[in-house]
Amino acid sequence: MRYHATCGGHHAHESPALVFQNVALGYPGADSSVLSGLNLTLDRGRSIALLGDNGSGKSTLLKSIAGLLRLRQGKISVLGHAVGQCHHQVAYLPQHRDIDWDFPISVQRFVLTGLYIHLGWFRRPGRVQRKAAAEILDRLTLTSLAERRINELSGGQQQRLLLARTLLHGADLLLLDEPFNAVDAENRALVRGVLRGLKAEGKTLVTATHELDFGEDFFDARFRLTDGSLTEEGAP
Amino acid sequence: MIDWLLDPFAAPFMQRALLAAALAGVNCAVIGVYIVQRRMSFFGGALSHTVLPGMVFAFLRGLDIFWGALGAALATAFGVSWLARRREVGEDAAIGVVLSGMFALGVLMMSQVNSFRDFNALLFGSVLGVAPADLILTAIVTVIVLIAVGLINKELELASVDPEYARVIGARPDRMRTVLLVLTALSVVTAVRVVGALMATALLITPAAAALIWARSVGIAMLLASGIAAFSVIAGLIISYQFDFSSGASIVLASTACFAGSWLARAWRG
Repeated sequence: MRYHATCGGHHAHESPALVFQNVALGYPGADSSVLSGLNLTLDRGRSIALLGDNGSGKSTLLKSIAGLLRLRQGKISVLGHAVGQCHHQVAYLPQHRDIDWDFPISVQRFVLTGLYIHLGWFRRPGRVQRKAAAEILDRLTLTSLAERRINELSGGQQQRLLLARTLLHGADLLLLDEPFNAVDAENRALVRGVLRGLKAEGKTLVTATHELDFGEDFFDARFRLTDGSLTEEGAP
Repeated sequence: MIDWLLDPFAAPFMQRALLAAALAGVNCAVIGVYIVQRRMSFFGGALSHTVLPGMVFAFLRGLDIFWGALGAALATAFGVSWLARRREVGEDAAIGVVLSGMFALGVLMMSQVNSFRDFNALLFGSVLGVAPADLILTAIVTVIVLIAVGLINKELELASVDPEYARVIGARPDRMRTVLLVLTALSVVTAVRVVGALMATALLITPAAAALIWARSVGIAMLLASGIAAFSVIAGLIISYQFDFSSGASIVLASTACFAGSWLARAWRG
């Protein structure tokens, strides 16, 4: 039994990854919108950066694509579907602080939650899922920590764990909120390599970030959020 | 020594008390792990008090107090959930308002009767007076709680550790929360029969809190908490029988001692 809104497997392969039409976004209870007048079309397989100061609305924008915020105005189309209608094709890497890290759950079990979308209600992860989770943990050099509780990891290890879950989701569109957050210099190359691998696989990547340490040509376009609006850097 | 431990359970009413208290202890312990870990202990505590008007109503009408308590508990669960969702007040304020209002209503209803002593069993429990029908109801509730948790444990776990991601994948954390509130209401109602409205929180919170000090997973925490609850019930009933103490209070104090032991052991181990 599938979770809510998995679009029944009806994929609109010809549609762009993302279309924003005159979108306004804000948080429930707040009078003013955080972002307004957003228009954007993003083709599949492209990688874009969302740049801006703290509070400029980068995370808000990602949350709206992930279906976590109701639109105040306009329309967002995600992979040809209304926003929030095709959850299994949209993976979301949240900010580190959005997780209850004190919850008693192991690294291995946490990363397995990335496959729940494919299991749906009542089905438990089996051998196939555990094998897939083990491979992802290995790819992010977390295998030796698999049995640890998530609160026993360092900040950088926790960030890699979130990335591991995002990869296991197996989505076509990945929403990455500060993927380098707390990752030390040694592991930055590892994370960078994984992200470049996703791009090479043809995934669509939308990355909210403060920095541009992703390597040359990683981003196809860069958008800056300023004063509630979105502008492409370098565009005429 | 063995006789001292076993003598209390020779009589059928004590055997029923043991079974009813152990079943209530186990279902409270299992749900309690989520209640404690999700920092909803205040809600659990409120629930055990807000069942009072329902119980008094059933008592005055000559009905089984189980149904009165269940009605009031479910009304609390849905009432708090509805008030909190509307966002005009925070959830803790919503709980505080519903708790004080419901408890005052219960006291008001009790004051219409000549003596508060009639309500001793409601306030402080009557596990020694458990009838076979009560035992069956408690067993049914326990089975419902365990099956429900078994079926949706992975979603409950995800909604607890990362509610945003649960929403992203359509696993409905808001509905998981409502299910959790209903299961909590069911568990508290069984605990009220055992230790009374004033102490039912203890069965929900204390074994789970003691277990979570050590547990490395939800499953282990549930097993540990169930073991602590069962031990507290057995120890409490033995102490109550041998020293002529209140059975409800003895069970609660036994679980409090387990928590203290667990906490001290952890603090000593560092």
